[in-house]
Amino acid sequence: MAVMTYLQAISDCLRQEMRHDKRVFLIGEDIGVYGGAFKVTQGFQEEFGAWRVIDAPLSETAILGGCTGAALVGMRPVAEMQFADFVSCAWDQLVTVAAKQHYRAGTPVPIVVRLPSGGGFSGGPFHSQNPESSFAHIPGLKCLCPATPYDAKGLLASAIEDPNPVLFFEHKHLYRRIKDEVPEERYTVPIGKARIQRAGEDVTVITWGAMVYTAAEAAERLAAEDDLSVEILDLRSILPWDKEAVLESVQKTSKALVLHEDTHTAGFGAEIAATIAEEAFEHLDAPVRRLTAPDTPVPFAPALERAFIPQVEDVVAGLRDLVRY
Amino acid sequence: MAIAREAEPVSSLHEVREAGLDREDLLGMYRSMLLARGIEERGHILYKQGKIPGSYYTGRGNEAAAVGIATAMGPDDWGTPLHRDMGVHVVRGLEPWRIFAQFMGRADGFTKGRDGNVHLADPRLGLVAMVSHLPAMLPVAVGCALAFRIREERKVAVGWFGEGASARGDCHEAMNFAGVRRLPVVFICDNNQWAYSTPTHLEYACEHVADRAEGYGFEGVVVDGTDVLAVYREARRAIEKARDGGGPTLVECLTLRMEGHAVHDDAFYVPRELFEEWAKRDPIERFRTWLRENASLTEQEEDEIGSDVKRVLADAVLRAEASPQCDTESLTEGVYAEPEELDTPHHK
Repeated sequence: MAVMTYLQAISDCLRQEMRHDKRVFLIGEDIGVYGGAFKVTQGFQEEFGAWRVIDAPLSETAILGGCTGAALVGMRPVAEMQFADFVSCAWDQLVTVAAKQHYRAGTPVPIVVRLPSGGGFSGGPFHSQNPESSFAHIPGLKCLCPATPYDAKGLLASAIEDPNPVLFFEHKHLYRRIKDEVPEERYTVPIGKARIQRAGEDVTVITWGAMVYTAAEAAERLAAEDDLSVEILDLRSILPWDKEAVLESVQKTSKALVLHEDTHTAGFGAEIAATIAEEAFEHLDAPVRRLTAPDTPVPFAPALERAFIPQVEDVVAGLRDLVRY
Repeated sequence: MAIAREAEPVSSLHEVREAGLDREDLLGMYRSMLLARGIEERGHILYKQGKIPGSYYTGRGNEAAAVGIATAMGPDDWGTPLHRDMGVHVVRGLEPWRIFAQFMGRADGFTKGRDGNVHLADPRLGLVAMVSHLPAMLPVAVGCALAFRIREERKVAVGWFGEGASARGDCHEAMNFAGVRRLPVVFICDNNQWAYSTPTHLEYACEHVADRAEGYGFEGVVVDGTDVLAVYREARRAIEKARDGGGPTLVECLTLRMEGHAVHDDAFYVPRELFEEWAKRDPIERFRTWLRENASLTEQEEDEIGSDVKRVLADAVLRAEASPQCDTESLTEGVYAEPEELDTPHHK
């Protein structure tokens, strides 16, 4: 085991996959000579060459269309969106071409798209979004949102092995802030399986990405101040998502809060809340609550952004309210 | 002022032989053109009979362009043909009965009823099934070429688009990337002068779509898309140049869409005189005349080829009509690929 940041775990996985399988190549803007906007691929071009770590022109469409074409003829492309926000430019390639190809034509499209997402550092409306819910609505795609270095490395390896287009949302606010012990050898984490971040009895928080840490801090505080036992379920993957784990936890605690950094209306939390209502209604002692960002673009000014992103105190208040119901 | 080179017509048999075609190849191309048109005509009848759901598209007038390009491709090359390019599917060897089954939404269609009409391809023959967002296929063709370049294979990708599609960003993005990296890809513009009801002067402001190639750092060439031999010669040059590391070429095949956008459209907006003028240059008639004059095509050969095509079509329609309807139990199957589907050949 080695201690790695979330970012180092992602780099480590990419390096191992590229050494392990010559079909894997990386393509993105400024990923080669510069090593990527966040330096995830620093030093890669020296090791693997300019044709396996490809500096693309500023065109998300060319990058993701290029990945699809290369995958159709036997490669295993891994694309980097410089920021998740820019994936909107390549919507057609992902949603129209890649996602529907297998259902229509029977040909697998094994591509991975890495999407540095999320806010917390005044990135403003175009460098802070969490667009995972938009893609979770598209049959044919898979959407992963790891929270820990261990999961980041293992899920990325699974994504590269997967025969489908996989969107890998890596939360920028975790890149250098979160460190943990990670195996140095190659391993995989199964796609579609949630992880219990913290076991509890009184209430369940269902979340993913950076919000796992916000929930964990809130749970600590509630344990100390209110003697509350909070269970935190880290979904890790939202398409497919681990419905069984969610229902099992809700059956145990009878109260559920769905927490996400993405905006409210038609966010993925709505899908989870609806499923709990449909399938675990008789186990509930309170309505399912959603705690999310409001329905606005992500604001720039620090005070506004802080008010936009759910904070520890919001989760504490939300859980207290839910427990009192 | 045009920038692209305007290709000369092909005249003599000698010239054709120099381009790498023998008499048998020529007769094969003629047969492919007849078969492509025949498939579309039979399909139109089936459509009128109510046997084909949805909408129905033909490529009448584009047979020479499609067959000429596909004949110039190598067996291991890949392509992303569109809805006017039935000739490409025919040359690559798609089975006509499965094309009819596709039109009819049957279980033996290439997409098993998941998609319809010309959204078809056989990946085993190096073709990728198109989407309706036509220019979106160009970055995919460039991606095939990128893989060939990474693996240092002598293969070429061919990407098709229309002059309507040339108005969209992904057309530019694909060509720019291909030009920057000198990828082994050839772009084919099926310029049939009408994008649904929109004429060329409302789609682009340069003289030729192929003029744009200059801006991407590669050659553009305009060719008469009703002259199968000229199309073949230009495509072959472009494909072999790409294969030899010379980078992309944009080949614009100028034709007229001889029918509506789809069969529901009577194309009232196209001037009658234009149809009359281009009808005189019907690609099949034109090639037949050339073959008679330059390659001693006999009436007997013509009859043999014509009857063979008719027989193939009749058998294909019968077989397609016998193909089962899609099982609704399968509705949700195949959204995701399974790992065992991934054992594609590759170069470690």
